[in-house]
Amino acid sequence: MSEMLIQVQGLYYHYPDGTAALEDVSFTIHRGEKVGLIGPNGAGKSTLLLHLNGILRSSSGQITIDGLPLTERSLRQIRAQVGLVFQNPDDQLFSTYVHQDVAFGPLHMGLPDAEVERRVEQALEAVGMRGAAGRISFHLSGGEKKRIAIATVLSMQPKILILDEPSSGLDPRGRRSLIQLLASFTDQTLLISTHDMRLAYDLCSRVIVLDEGKIAADGPAADLLTDAILMERHGLESVGHV
Amino acid sequence: MFIPVLAMHIPDGFLSIPVSALGWLLLIGIVAIALRQTRQQLGDRQIPLMGILAAFVFAAQMINFPVAGGTSGHLLGGTLVAILLGPWAAVLVMTSVIAVQGMLFQDGGLLAIGFNATNMGVIAAFVGYAAYALVGRVMRGRPGRHLIGAAVGAWLGVEVAALATALELAFSNTASLDIALPAMAGVHALIGIGEALITVAALAFIQQTRPDLIRGSEASASRGSGWIAVGLLIALAITLVSPLADPNPDGLERVAEDQGFIETAQQPPYEILPDYTVPFIESEAASTILAGVIGVIFVVGVSYATARLSKKRRGASGSQPI
Amino acid sequence: MQFNVKDRPSMGDTPLHALDPRMKLVVAVLLIVGIVLTPERALPAYPLLWALVASLAVIGRVGVWRLARLGTVALPFALAGLTLLFTTPGQPLATVGGLTISDAGLLRFVSILIKSWLATQVSILLSLTTPFTDLLGALESLGIPQTLVLITSFLYRYVFTLNDEADRLRQARASRSAAPTYGRGGGRWWWRAQVAGGMIGNLFLRSTERSERVYAAMLARGFSGQMRAIAPPPLTWRAALPGLLPLLGLIVIEVLARLWWNG
Ligand SMILES: Nc1ncnc2c1ncn2[C@@H]1O[C@H](COP(=O)(O)OP(=O)(O)O)[C@@H](O)[C@H]1O
Ligand SMILES: [Mg+2]
Repeated sequence: MSEMLIQVQGLYYHYPDGTAALEDVSFTIHRGEKVGLIGPNGAGKSTLLLHLNGILRSSSGQITIDGLPLTERSLRQIRAQVGLVFQNPDDQLFSTYVHQDVAFGPLHMGLPDAEVERRVEQALEAVGMRGAAGRISFHLSGGEKKRIAIATVLSMQPKILILDEPSSGLDPRGRRSLIQLLASFTDQTLLISTHDMRLAYDLCSRVIVLDEGKIAADGPAADLLTDAILMERHGLESVGHV
Repeated sequence: MFIPVLAMHIPDGFLSIPVSALGWLLLIGIVAIALRQTRQQLGDRQIPLMGILAAFVFAAQMINFPVAGGTSGHLLGGTLVAILLGPWAAVLVMTSVIAVQGMLFQDGGLLAIGFNATNMGVIAAFVGYAAYALVGRVMRGRPGRHLIGAAVGAWLGVEVAALATALELAFSNTASLDIALPAMAGVHALIGIGEALITVAALAFIQQTRPDLIRGSEASASRGSGWIAVGLLIALAITLVSPLADPNPDGLERVAEDQGFIETAQQPPYEILPDYTVPFIESEAASTILAGVIGVIFVVGVSYATARLSKKRRGASGSQPI
Repeated sequence: MQFNVKDRPSMGDTPLHALDPRMKLVVAVLLIVGIVLTPERALPAYPLLWALVASLAVIGRVGVWRLARLGTVALPFALAGLTLLFTTPGQPLATVGGLTISDAGLLRFVSILIKSWLATQVSILLSLTTPFTDLLGALESLGIPQTLVLITSFLYRYVFTLNDEADRLRQARASRSAAPTYGRGGGRWWWRAQVAGGMIGNLFLRSTERSERVYAAMLARGFSGQMRAIAPPPLTWRAALPGLLPLLGLIVIEVLARLWWNG
């Protein structure tokens, strides 16, 4: 198996209304890396993430996941490997009960019922929500919803976990506990889009700066996030020295 | 939990078993077609889109506005959804809404779901959409046609659904037709105005923010000659069936006459056409049919005339299609 | 305005809660059919039917009087049937405001009221003792098309979320209209109708956009048109058996009603 988990090569994307959301985006993510994708609102972060498991398809550019090029035929396989957690958990948790939501992915991967149950248990355990299976998704707090949303993807045991603005809408305590949770996934490859610089700094060893659909910088988190001029230029805040 | 109920969610106990069964049969048949049609149009999107829009209708029905004397109006939504997504989608959305209202909130009965969904879902959607498409056709290329069409459609959809409700009650022998029909027609002629206003305002908002959605729905409506026929057929069928429904056609009149109180008895709480019959026509059945037909023709006529008038006016100032 | 299903105690550990939802739904529907089919002249049948419903309420720990009170929600609809009092041919009983009430008319009207009240109680009892998702599952096993059931479960999932959004729109309206939201707000009623319509248009756009995001979230987890779920356990006789008891009671009452009380 290749050590390169995600390869994106020359990706362009225009929305049907003509908005150019991505322009010539290329990068590689290796197994075990924790990468922050940072950039201001409207930079194209969500658009890029939606490409990584084929929700959006671009005609120009190549995406390869663990050596497998993303095509119509490999789509289902790739979706099982790329776990995408959407920004708003109310979009992600579309079932009535937590159990149904966490089981959705494994069931649609065609796993047998017993294995599905095992995975649901494991995933809930991993996000610290054991025993929540019988709860109604709508009744969960914001922080709990976020955890369950992550569990719905962990249950598919993806090779890479992608989170779109995971700390948005959380209060400081919820945000801290989310950072702790994500930090506990030591072996998991992570790609986190955010404009929460503190979160990127705490969790990621590398960041990619995206602005106006183009990659503006790509390098070690400790260098880029503390570069006040770079951050300022792209509408972000630098992280002061700690 | 309180939903200001219109006199349209029939509870259990008011429909006879054969009438309830007929409602279920009708609904099952139409829903089966609707499932196939929307599946073709929407593919995998069908479930999340229909489901969330059903939640939308449910929530939208709770946005009420005070009218007068402590009463408030709110949307029913069948025609609005039919215009935005097509009549088949509206059937599914409304059926789901009405099923939940019946099962969870006892707003309408369980056995009555068949006809409740047929009235407020199928009939309101089909008839309302037909009127919308008809006005769009008559006013082809004129600005404002779809808002006028939506107003006419929303009003007519509510009105015909109310007539159908009255018929079902009469066939179940739980209301006498010669009172229920004009009463339902009268009340819902007013309620329909609220429905029309809300529908138009909602569409106007959507047009300003997402004109592409309105364009899409208009384009499909202009291809919908079949719908115009279906909608008018339903409207006509309901008015034609009305005289057959009354188990004792001379019920109230007869009792009142016997007792010598014919004058008071002939004042229903609301009326459009007096007693829903046309004077000078001997047979009550024939006159009820005629009254219904006149009603339909009247509505079609008014919409046609409005359309013509605005056509002339715009024609002079140079028209610009939206 | 608030609506709340959250505080409905559909969880519980009574035999009524424990009865298989498929069986419970069938029993409820048959009870309602039986109630509606009761000959209207069989007066002794009504208290017996109520006793049947009330004993189910006791078993389900719902509260007989509470259920009786809740059962009246549908009664305002009886306005539609009021005219039967006067239009049904029969012996005149009394004259009110120039209209004559016949005995047959009174019987018919009152029997409709009672039947509707009883049937509504059955329906409430069902919804109070069965989680809604179980009810949906039961509908699906009883042959309601899966797609329609799924649409309805999405309705149930998102109605709260959308209602919260509608609440925010309502608050925005209230804060700008400088008048109580539910009193007589500013402007004419048709103007208020238009404001409500604008809010509804807004809500529609949010809903379609949400449906697109939810669809994307489904695709991301491998959805490809066919919904899968863990299969419900098959219905066993043991689980269904207790449901036969109320049906037995119903049959006894209906037979008595037809043989002896229908004269
Ligand atoms: N569905 C859409 N249709 C048209 N344009 C869109 C759509 N979604 C996003 N955009 C536009 O694409 C650009 C990138 O958006 P997005 O990927 O959501 O940015 P980010 O997630 O970094 O905030 C923005 O200019 C945005 O307005
Ligand atoms: Mg984004």
